[in-house]
Amino acid sequence: MTQLPVIAAQHLCIDYKLDKQWINAINGVSLAINPFETHGLVGESGSGKSTLALALMRYMAANARIESGEVLFYGENLLVKSDAEMRRIWGRQMSLVPQDPLAALNPAYPIGEQIAEITRLHEGLSRPAARQRAFEVLERVRIADPEAVARKYPHQLSGGMQQRVNIAMALSTQPKLLVLDEPTTALDVTTEAVILDLFRSLIQENRGAALYVSHNLGVIAQMCDRVTVLYAGEVMACAPVDELYANPLHPYTISLLASIPRPLSGHETRLPTIPGVAPSLAERPRGCVFAPRCPVALQQCFDEKPPLEEPGPGRLVKCHRWREITEGMLAVETPHEPMADTSQHPAPTGEGYVLNVEGLSKRYGSHTLFSRLNGDKSRFVQAVDDVAMRVRARSTLGLVGESGSGKTTLARCIVGLETADDGRILLLDVIIPNALRRRSRAFLRELQMVFQNPNDTLNPYQTVGQALGRTIRRLKTEPLTPEHIQARVIDLLAAVRLTPDYAGRYPAELSGGEKQRVAIARAFAANPALVVADEPTSALDVSVQAVILNLLKDLRAREGASYLVISHDLAAIAYLADWIAVMYLGQIVEEGSTEQVYNIPSHPYTEALLSAIPAPDPRIKQGNVRLEGEVPSAAHIPRGCRFHTRCPRKIGAICEQEEPPWREAGSGHRIRCHIPIEDLIVLQNSAP
Amino acid sequence: MLRYIIRRILLLIVTMFITSAIIFALTQLVPGDVARLILGREASPEALEQFRAEFGLNDPAPVQYANWLVKFVTGDWGRSFTGTQGPVRPLVTDRIGNSLRLALMTLVIAIPASVLLGIAAALRENTWVDSAISLLSLSVVGLPEFVTGLVLINGIALGARALGLPATSAVPDNTLADWIRQLILPAITAAFVLIGYVSRLTRAGVLDELKKPYVRTAILKGLPRRQVIFKHVLRNALLPTITVIAISFGWLIGGLVVIENVYNYPGLGALMVEAVKQKNLFVLQAVVMVTIFFFALANLTADVLYAVLNPRIRLE
Repeated sequence: MTQLPVIAAQHLCIDYKLDKQWINAINGVSLAINPFETHGLVGESGSGKSTLALALMRYMAANARIESGEVLFYGENLLVKSDAEMRRIWGRQMSLVPQDPLAALNPAYPIGEQIAEITRLHEGLSRPAARQRAFEVLERVRIADPEAVARKYPHQLSGGMQQRVNIAMALSTQPKLLVLDEPTTALDVTTEAVILDLFRSLIQENRGAALYVSHNLGVIAQMCDRVTVLYAGEVMACAPVDELYANPLHPYTISLLASIPRPLSGHETRLPTIPGVAPSLAERPRGCVFAPRCPVALQQCFDEKPPLEEPGPGRLVKCHRWREITEGMLAVETPHEPMADTSQHPAPTGEGYVLNVEGLSKRYGSHTLFSRLNGDKSRFVQAVDDVAMRVRARSTLGLVGESGSGKTTLARCIVGLETADDGRILLLDVIIPNALRRRSRAFLRELQMVFQNPNDTLNPYQTVGQALGRTIRRLKTEPLTPEHIQARVIDLLAAVRLTPDYAGRYPAELSGGEKQRVAIARAFAANPALVVADEPTSALDVSVQAVILNLLKDLRAREGASYLVISHDLAAIAYLADWIAVMYLGQIVEEGSTEQVYNIPSHPYTEALLSAIPAPDPRIKQGNVRLEGEVPSAAHIPRGCRFHTRCPRKIGAICEQEEPPWREAGSGHRIRCHIPIEDLIVLQNSAP
Repeated sequence: MLRYIIRRILLLIVTMFITSAIIFALTQLVPGDVARLILGREASPEALEQFRAEFGLNDPAPVQYANWLVKFVTGDWGRSFTGTQGPVRPLVTDRIGNSLRLALMTLVIAIPASVLLGIAAALRENTWVDSAISLLSLSVVGLPEFVTGLVLINGIALGARALGLPATSAVPDNTLADWIRQLILPAITAAFVLIGYVSRLTRAGVLDELKKPYVRTAILKGLPRRQVIFKHVLRNALLPTITVIAISFGWLIGGLVVIENVYNYPGLGALMVEAVKQKNLFVLQAVVMVTIFFFALANLTADVLYAVLNPRIRLE
């Protein structure tokens, strides 16, 4: 280990100024990335991972300052360099691939110009030469028609293409250090898989070092050689990737790995969770920062900060008890909250169906006078096309698909936020009107929704008690006294494991997970028969996600409700759902029990979705079925099988001309494909 | 894009048609008998009747409107009741020319000043520079134009006589020196009103853009600060500013009533006030039509400019 690290932080402390007060965000972090290494930096939101990553490039937010420490780039301290000196390093020797690919590009300039200005600046290329170079780097990121793309503006490209452009920009000068800050978080899982493949080969080619920042333990496992775990601005552990996942030493790492839902494992049990929330940086604990949430914390842990020790070559851990953990003397049992009492509703699946949807369709855009006045061509966007599905009593239907598949529109039609153009919706065997304003109070009561982003769903000027009370009053079946309502609010809070004093709090005083619990409590205010949840955990951190998933499962058992859960996260949904429907371009292409859908045979689209999941285990390699191209626009749905433009298993002209039939694979498992079930089994079994 | 512009021009024509009806209706509501007003209390009934017949005041209102509109469109804007009783059109078009000169001078002063002030304030957010610019621009906006106008006249035109600036502005001849001499004071007065608003808007626009991730991308490319600001940030930050400047053009043509009066400058605003005072019906109608036309045109220009400069709209 005598080689000089490409970049190293030494005892770095960074403060942020918030409300005229300096708050310590990064506290004494040391980190070194060697040549040719891809170093993972993993942590939950608020852990300071983006701050740290940018600080390694000596880029600070306006309200941040480096309190102490050094950042060494090939041994040279960047913190003493002038801006002019940094400008010769930025873009030439180190570059960034950002999180939000669209926002990171200037909306006013064509792609080509934005790439070319880098080589004009750093290599003194002439305008035509720089343009030529831009085409070359666009080709390197596997863009088929670089000259056409170079002329486009950022908003004209899809998310995956935008991120390729950002990568091309970052690689146009062959930097020594590449910082990737959550580069695939904003992308669909299938696009993510393609971009991750691209990173692997490009990082190899570039022969520099890379820092890969992510909250996603799956992506980190698949991409990195070594991993640093950050919590509340401090390094908890650092290890080679295989050791970190196979043999974690820090209780935080152990808990975090345990709380990830994995498809088809632990389906019957509760997910282990990490209690509490990350500490507010303004009140950093005196001892170990993780102690308040640690299942094995001792009094010593609260009193005294543990040192960063080296339990083995290339490993670091910051815990008082790592020796006991290594020797197997101490098992970190993440707390299993008691499973809710399910005796009242013993069978998970009841008789009959709560929800029955038949032939549901939703189109946007129409041939109105207004649209003609505006000169629009009459373009229909067929968001949902003739969908039939059923939700069994006391069970969960999971609806999965990429963005643009129409899954959210379908859910909104069912709840009534959008009015379906065609089709019938039966709730508890009664047809309910498609339009919300024609639905009676009773239907509203039975059909509730939980939204994706809890920050936007609660009125910031109402306390939690007021918000819940209002829903209870709106949906009540009999007159209620204020005391009754108060009591019901406290019941609901208890059901989502919040203490009664939360009734007096405003949303701004709650964490993201707590807000989502309130939103769930609100949905259960009137004992609904069906709760529609649109990506209920995708805005939350891993450790919080586990709490919400458990809670949803408990509530289903306790309240006897059914769920329609929409998600792009196939692992999380496998944990919740009994039955899965896979949607593509407005149609359901496969449905079956969770086991059936996650196993062979599957629809080629489902196969690609499953193959794209980055497993949170470096020993399990990502599948290699990839989808080429983009989801076609719903305004121009392909003829025949709508998946044929991207299908890796397309068999011929029939796919382009005829709509595929539903094929039965047994016990209600159905696949809409031209390939017979037996052939699918053979094909998918022989897949490498 | 072309379709968009054509559509907007059609919309402009519809707007003009509707406003013409409103203007006509309003002028009908003016109290008092125009003929008696013009000819005076002692006019004989015959004279009044002759006057009404001559100017078509006896016809039913819709007929009067139709006649007026057809004539207006074909370029016959009627005759003035007062003075030489000459045709209205040359009178008004002369004044349009004068107003355009003043508007141009105002923009030449206001645009660079307010944009630079806005950028300076944004780049030094929450420092004394920012506070000073805010204070200055807000206090200038708060002052009525006749106050700033009178201060400038008394302080500069009458006070600093060495500069040789006139207290009342005449229409400049076609030399740069005369343009500056005649128009600088009224233009500064009008620019003050704009600068306060436009510099605040520019400041807000720049601050908004500075927070966006693409600015970080530009900095991390290693671009010099000048290029980051002037090439990347301003290109986006100035979009709302440009729209507001374009809209303010309508105000500069027809809305400088106070300033033109203070400086005794023969613009459209001054003519409008005269016409109102004298109940000079056809002049008033023509001036208001022209003013509204320029307002509508300014709005159209603003929208088209915004669309042209913003690729997200241009390429839809």
